[in-house]
This record gives sequence, C-alpha cells and structure tokens, in this order.
Amino acid sequence: MSQDISSDVLVIGAGPAGIAAATIAAEQGLKVIVLDDNRQPGGQIWRNLSTAHHPSTSKRHPKQQALDRLYRSGAQLLTRRVVFNASASGFAEALHETATDSNVETFRFQQLILATGARERFLPFPGWTLPGVFGVGGLQALTRAGYPVAGKHIAVTGTGPLLLAVAAHLVAAGATVTTVAEQAPMLKLAPFAASLWRQPAKLVQGARYRTKLRSATYRTGCWVVKAIASPDSHTLSAIHMTDGTRTWTEPCDLLACGYYLVPNTELAQLLGCALRGSFVQTDAHQRTSILGIFCVGEPTGIAGLEAAIMQGKIAGLACAGKSTPKLLRRVMKQQVFAKNLEYAFALRQELRSLPKQDTIVCRCEDVTFAAMQAYHGWTDAKLQTRCGMGPCQGRVCGPAAEFLLGWKPPISMRQPLYPVPLRALSSPLASTSKVAINKIEGIESTKERI
Amino acid sequence: MPETLALKINGQLVEVPSGTSVAAALLIASQPFRLSVIGEPRAALCGMGICFECRAVVNGRAHRRTCQLFCEAGMTVETNL
Repeated sequence: MSQDISSDVLVIGAGPAGIAAATIAAEQGLKVIVLDDNRQPGGQIWRNLSTAHHPSTSKRHPKQQALDRLYRSGAQLLTRRVVFNASASGFAEALHETATDSNVETFRFQQLILATGARERFLPFPGWTLPGVFGVGGLQALTRAGYPVAGKHIAVTGTGPLLLAVAAHLVAAGATVTTVAEQAPMLKLAPFAASLWRQPAKLVQGARYRTKLRSATYRTGCWVVKAIASPDSHTLSAIHMTDGTRTWTEPCDLLACGYYLVPNTELAQLLGCALRGSFVQTDAHQRTSILGIFCVGEPTGIAGLEAAIMQGKIAGLACAGKSTPKLLRRVMKQQVFAKNLEYAFALRQELRSLPKQDTIVCRCEDVTFAAMQAYHGWTDAKLQTRCGMGPCQGRVCGPAAEFLLGWKPPISMRQPLYPVPLRALSSPLASTSKVAINKIEGIESTKERI
Repeated sequence: MPETLALKINGQLVEVPSGTSVAAALLIASQPFRLSVIGEPRAALCGMGICFECRAVVNGRAHRRTCQLFCEAGMTVETNL
C-alpha cells in the first residue's frame, strides 16, 4: 500500500538537530512532519537513553525536555521510516516496517530539512569480522537495547571522544573495561584538552568519565592490530595491540573498536546538494545548494550536540523566513570546537597498514583487501568484485576504502538508498514530476525566544 | 524486576526483559546472526541500522535488521545457519 502525506516542512532524522528544527518550525506555525528510521526519537546520542530524573536534581534530562517541546509544538513524529528516495521536486519516499508488515509512504514537502546524522567509521584489521567485535557506539547502542555486559572483559579502542564516554557507560553496566586505547598521540590530544577550558561542561564530563574508569588503563598512541578467535569457536578471545614499536596480547571477551564518525550524506547527495569535502555545504542559515533544502547537525561537520541543536533551530526559523543573530554567532564558536576535534583525532598513517592481503574489507560481499587493491577506484572494483554493493551499500567499506586506498566515494547517488522490497520501486513517482517549491526570499531577523 | 517476554530463536524459547532489541536477544542466546558469503559466522557490528550484519529472518520475513527491532512475545527469529 502506498500513502501520500503533505507538509510544509519535512524533517528527515529525529536526533537532537532534527528535533530542534522540527520544534522551531512547528512553533512558527508551519505544518511539520519528522521521519526517523529508529523506533524511538533521539538519534544515536540519545538512543534508548533512560530519561528518568537525576536523583540529585529535579531537572529533566535534555532529551526529555526536547521531546516534550517537540510534542507540544504540533510537529508530527513518525518513526520506523526508512527514507530510500527523495527528490528536490518535493517528495520523499519511505519504507514503513513493522514486525509483520511493510508499506511505502510518499511525503510531499515545500521545504526539506536533512538531519541524517553520522555513523561510526570502521577500519578493517585481521579478525574484525569475528562475533564479539563491535563498534564503540555499536556496543553502547546494543547495551542500551538490553545486551547485558556485566562481568565481561571489554577493550575499548579506536579514536574519538566517544571512547571514554562508552567505556564509562560499560563500567556503569557492570563490565570490566580492561583497556581504553586511543590511537591519537598525547601530543595532539593535549592541545585539544587544553582548548576545552572554553567549554567547562565538556571538561567536567570528561573528568566524570575518568573517575568511573579507575580500574581501566587509558593509553594514547595505541591501537588494535588483530582480533584473535578462541581455538574452538568463532568468537573473540584476545586482541593484539601495538604502540608502533612494541606489540602485545590482551585477553578480552568483547572488543569495541571505532574510528570516530563519518557523516551520513547519501540522501543530500541523492538530492543533488553540493558537498564541501566530505560534508554537506551550507550557508549561515543552514541552506544547502538546492533551494528549499536545509541540512543540520553532523552531515554539515562533526561538531557535537550543542552545535547540532543550534543548527536545527536556525534551519527551523529559516523555514519560516526568520533568523536570530545570537544563534548564528553561537554556532560559529562550535565550529572552532569541530576543527579542534578533527585535528586531535586525525587518523595516524600506520592504520593504513592494518588490513592484510586476506583481510575482508567489504563485509557484505566478503571482498578482501587484495581483491580491492587490484583496482583503481570504485567503478571498476564494484563491477569486478561486488564490493560496496551489498545491503549496506558501501556505508561501512566506503569510508574505509577512502582512507586505505584513497578512493573518493562516487559522486552520483541512486535510489534506493536502502534495500527495499521490489514492489517499493514500482511507485508512480519513479518518473518525477516538478512540484513548485516555495521560494524563501529574504530571511528576516527575529528577537523571539528560541 | 523488569517484565519479561518469551520469543523463539532458532526454535529455542528465550526469555528476555521487555525493551530488549532482537539483536540483543540473539547476543544473549549466543547465536551468530548470519553466515557471510564465504560462510563465516557474523554478529551485529554498528548497532544502529547501518551495517546490516545483524539481519535475520523475523516472523518469517527475511533480511530484517534485528538491531532496529524490539522483541515481542511470541516472535520467531531464525538465523538460517
């Protein structure tokens, strides 16, 4: 069954940025619909987070505050919607899946806000396909969804501020975190830590994580080179770690390994929005290169929660033709923080030699590093090896190949962006008709409280 | 104690607290999620619906991302191993 639903503003992604954008746009009197792939709103940072009151304060969790305001705003939230197609002519198609059924819905919009977030970057190394090896955010998400880790010995490795946060989360869930290994050298991390004095909240948060992690060893300039299976099974039993000169073995039950974040820009690319480097290009009002399409949060640059929320508010206001200089100034400050993060957690060159010839890089199609190295870029390699053509559509091996082989992701993107049943593609919208998009002439300044 | 519910994973009855994702239930039951193209056992990686490593047959429907689905009483999950 196919359904048609119209709105003034369609927001794709109900993380902090999307929630903020939808709330503000709806409060301005616009008809707003927000779609999300997940069962619950909140994005990855607020995923399955318990929002119970903190015992020491009567303040509600920021997630709960944001959701309460979203629900009050009149914006309509629809979860479990996988957007697999969209067109700048004014529609998006989503697959709505329940436990027993699935159907395609068509959303017509006047303006579109992309808040598609980011995903973890994975780098292949021998043994990374073993059960027991997870992403860092991955293990946190699974734990929050009911995977009990109490009593497990876990190594948390890779790069980025998420390592300490997740390690603290795992300890709180009863696990023993044996090691937290950050690939970035202290030399690069120290200036980043020093720059945090401008952001006291982040510094306090970091200190809290360290207190929880008393028993774990925190190492910088170290990374995992191999995951070892127990001799009798295909499950993880130990890892080989290195600091570049010395290599040693550490036993563990689980490994959480992730190399920071990559933006989800597929939908923006499908719509024809211009990129700047790996990110979606936007102006100060979060407008992309395509009229009537905005982008907020991590797809525009990995700048964290506060920046994402501010960008959401800016886009929500801009949809109503308004802006506030205060917000625009604050978001600029956060961009400095993003630059510092990028420098501090830049991937070291040694990680390029992590995969061996027989290490699988494309997990969907089991394509090895050697098989991919034989080609010069995506087009040839896809045709000859099927790498990047499995169900994840290159979301995992794409960023890995970019780092390991220097392969730029393909510029042209085609629908469906996610695997969908064949009948989902037989929609009459496959041939696109032009729908007028309301032109946003000028953006006026507002003093309203946002 | 949280409320629990029972589902069938590869024919075995498994009891989990309500609010558990199907991926978490498969990990609790120590079941690999799928066999890869060359026959390696695989399990969930990203936990957020991106990598498709956790896909399984749920209520008779193939290729469901189990990390994005929550357990329901009487659900059947098969990993086709």
